[in-house]
Amino acid sequence: MIQYILRRLLQIIPVFIGTTLLVYFMVFALPGDPIRALFGDRPPSEAVIAQLRQQYNLDQPFWVQYGLFLKNLFTFNLGVDFTGQPIAATLGRIFPVTVMLAVEALIIQTVFGVTFGLIAGLRKGKVFDATVLIASLVVIAIPTFVLGFVLQLLVGVQLGWAKPTVGATADWGNLILPATVLGLVSFAYVLRLTRASVIENMNADYVRTATAKGLSRPRVVVTHILRNSMIPVITYLGASLGGLMGGAIVTESIFNVPGVGQKLFQAVIRSEGPTVVAIVSVLVLVFVIANLLVDLLYAWLDPRIRYEN
Amino acid sequence: MTTSDVRISEAGLTDKPLLEIRDLAISFKTGSGEVQAVRNAHLTIMPGETVAIVGESGSGKSTTALAAIGLLPGNGRVSGGQILLDGEDISHASEKRMIELRGNTIGMVPQDPMSNLNPVWKIGYQVKETLRANGRPSGPADVAKVLSQAGLPDAERRAKQYPHEFSGGMRQRALIAIGLSCQPRLLIADEPTSALDVTVQRQILDHLETMTSELGTSVLLITHDLGLAAERADKVVVMYRGNVVEAGPSLELLQNPQHPYTQRLVASAPSLASRRIQVAKELGVESDELLAPGEPVVVEPTMTEDVLQIQNLRKVFKLRSGFGKSTDFTAVDDVSFSVKRGTTTAIVGESGSGKSTVAQMVLNLQKPTSGKIVFDGVDTSTLNNKEIFAFRRRVQPIFQDPYGSLDPMYNIFRTIEEPLRTHKIGDKASREKKVRELLDQVALPQSTMQRYPNELSGGQRQRVAIARALALDPEVIICDEAVSALDVLVQAQVLNLLADLQSRLGLTYLFITHDLAVVRQIADHVCVMEKGKLVETGSTDDVFDDPQRDYTKALLHAIPGARLMLPPEVA
Repeated sequence: MIQYILRRLLQIIPVFIGTTLLVYFMVFALPGDPIRALFGDRPPSEAVIAQLRQQYNLDQPFWVQYGLFLKNLFTFNLGVDFTGQPIAATLGRIFPVTVMLAVEALIIQTVFGVTFGLIAGLRKGKVFDATVLIASLVVIAIPTFVLGFVLQLLVGVQLGWAKPTVGATADWGNLILPATVLGLVSFAYVLRLTRASVIENMNADYVRTATAKGLSRPRVVVTHILRNSMIPVITYLGASLGGLMGGAIVTESIFNVPGVGQKLFQAVIRSEGPTVVAIVSVLVLVFVIANLLVDLLYAWLDPRIRYEN
Repeated sequence: MTTSDVRISEAGLTDKPLLEIRDLAISFKTGSGEVQAVRNAHLTIMPGETVAIVGESGSGKSTTALAAIGLLPGNGRVSGGQILLDGEDISHASEKRMIELRGNTIGMVPQDPMSNLNPVWKIGYQVKETLRANGRPSGPADVAKVLSQAGLPDAERRAKQYPHEFSGGMRQRALIAIGLSCQPRLLIADEPTSALDVTVQRQILDHLETMTSELGTSVLLITHDLGLAAERADKVVVMYRGNVVEAGPSLELLQNPQHPYTQRLVASAPSLASRRIQVAKELGVESDELLAPGEPVVVEPTMTEDVLQIQNLRKVFKLRSGFGKSTDFTAVDDVSFSVKRGTTTAIVGESGSGKSTVAQMVLNLQKPTSGKIVFDGVDTSTLNNKEIFAFRRRVQPIFQDPYGSLDPMYNIFRTIEEPLRTHKIGDKASREKKVRELLDQVALPQSTMQRYPNELSGGQRQRVAIARALALDPEVIICDEAVSALDVLVQAQVLNLLADLQSRLGLTYLFITHDLAVVRQIADHVCVMEKGKLVETGSTDDVFDDPQRDYTKALLHAIPGARLMLPPEVA
């Protein structure tokens, strides 16, 4: 098992180099000059531009720029962004917020998705099942920005149940609204996946055998239906974690969450190669490690999967 | 044991039946209204007695048994009659009452050991939760005791393993352990061994018999094998299309079947047919006269050349054992035999004996590690691609699973026509004519052409597979467990068809099977394989009458019904 984990961790290296190279190249290939764009309508002297270019290595060819980035990365020197702030400090500020948001969204979508999915699956074809299925379709169909603004207005402003915006100080409490919006989209998929999986498993032979053994209904449901049904759901949750971390741009803007999405968006607009790549690199790490955790959880849930070989 | 209705059990407790099913009717709700699955079923089980329900799939035998433990599927319900357990009608008992009864009073051993244990829980846990749910001590020692009583060696360690680490036989033992763990008074055993090799089947059934007689448990045994039922049960109930058509003491029923369906069943059950031949031989009667009615007597082949010669065949698989290392696993070890044109040679053995690997190598689907397969005088390993293509035309397979071996997206015409198209034989019109002929040959209506595999029964599908194999007018047909998945009556029909085609077309069969009863009916020669090696070979009569090896003896002994003494004229 330890060998397997080590091998998976080693696999991060090529994945990391590949993704950063790709992202770096894409930022490099963006049209327009980032330095001139910084100054807007009042261009500075050519000397200043040349000096800034040199400072950010923008006068170097692509491979040299990328090489310097990697070298800085391995010496833990991420450099400064175009506003002169150290990138490392920025990352340290934005990532905790986004992690908090993503984890809260993950909890919301898992708890509600699995619970509703289980009940709907067990009551297949009944009123609850039909209602939940239609509701989940509605949730899937409404775009995040609509859902976000509606909930912000309704729950945040009119009802006053939660803070409509987050602002500089993000904590579990005031992130509840954006986390709900973020979790709602995957919630519908988790629900449907759980439901389908439960329906498949509840007709399995071993469930009938468990009933024949004299187990009570709740026991059969929890130990034999729910546990087996979680296997595909866990896979999806792991994959969705990456999306929650990196794809929260819209939600973070609506609720003014000072997180990764907002920052990444700004950096892309400004063609700030180093910042974009630094953020994406961390996201890649999060993604790879989340998937490793999912695979380990998967092996724990399904003993037929073993990673020794 | 006596079979009278009133009887004092050994414990002297009761003379009342433990389970009595009266006029039971079960219906299922389907898209097109209610469908009656069981009508007027009745049976009585006395304490300590074993009663078998026999019938083909869809006869309602399992449904009746499931109703007795309150496990009908969601769309099924008891629509009439009574199920009396100790005088209490449980046909409409509350779920709470059924939970009390299940495990404690009524235990169940289900059919398929592969799918009836939850793959994600350790065996020990699955036993433990049964004990706990029924209010019995459930410590590790109790779990180990239950498992070892069911004949599981090294139970303490085994309890910590998962189902996928168990063989089929071991899993079935675990399921028997679970079914009997709370010492129920009635055990419902639904085809408890039909998924297992014959030798394992025998061990398991012997063990089940010992355990239930020690505990004084009544058993309701569900099976499709009349031979097995007659051997294991005091009374047999025959079900056909939802009705109980006949019931009575086992041997009486076997010797003097009244209902036409029972008569057909008695006539065609391979285990019984095989036993009949055996008994007849012992009494000095010629076996050919005893084959079931309508079964063609295979004409002595006139040609005696070897169409297929297998010489010192070996197949070694590399098994991965971590970090690029591998260990060798010899699946087929130095196997040699030859097959004469126009005859049937059977390769028998348990699962894992390497018999299917031999078949795959003969079909040129796997390369031998060493050794030669000579087909019609030519070593098949020397063939180039074009010659292999031509070779495939002459050697065709029929596989076990008629569900898996037909493409669900192809209609029957396309399925049978495909080999003709692949080998560019004839034009469209002549191919269609050929398909019609083939359907006639396998006794399927020509209207079948437009249908899809999922619209056909298992027996019909296997006929389609045979028609497909015959499309190219092959000389040799490799049947890999070709009838194992079929009900006994259908099995008999397909075997008859194969024998008929052989005598008409001069086909050569290489028959791979684990079922010796089938071998006795169709094969001229037998090769017995054990763990990759050919341990015995000879003519069918020689092998059956005078088996040389213990392994062969064990296989023969394990055919259900071997203990029955049947008069040869029973058919």
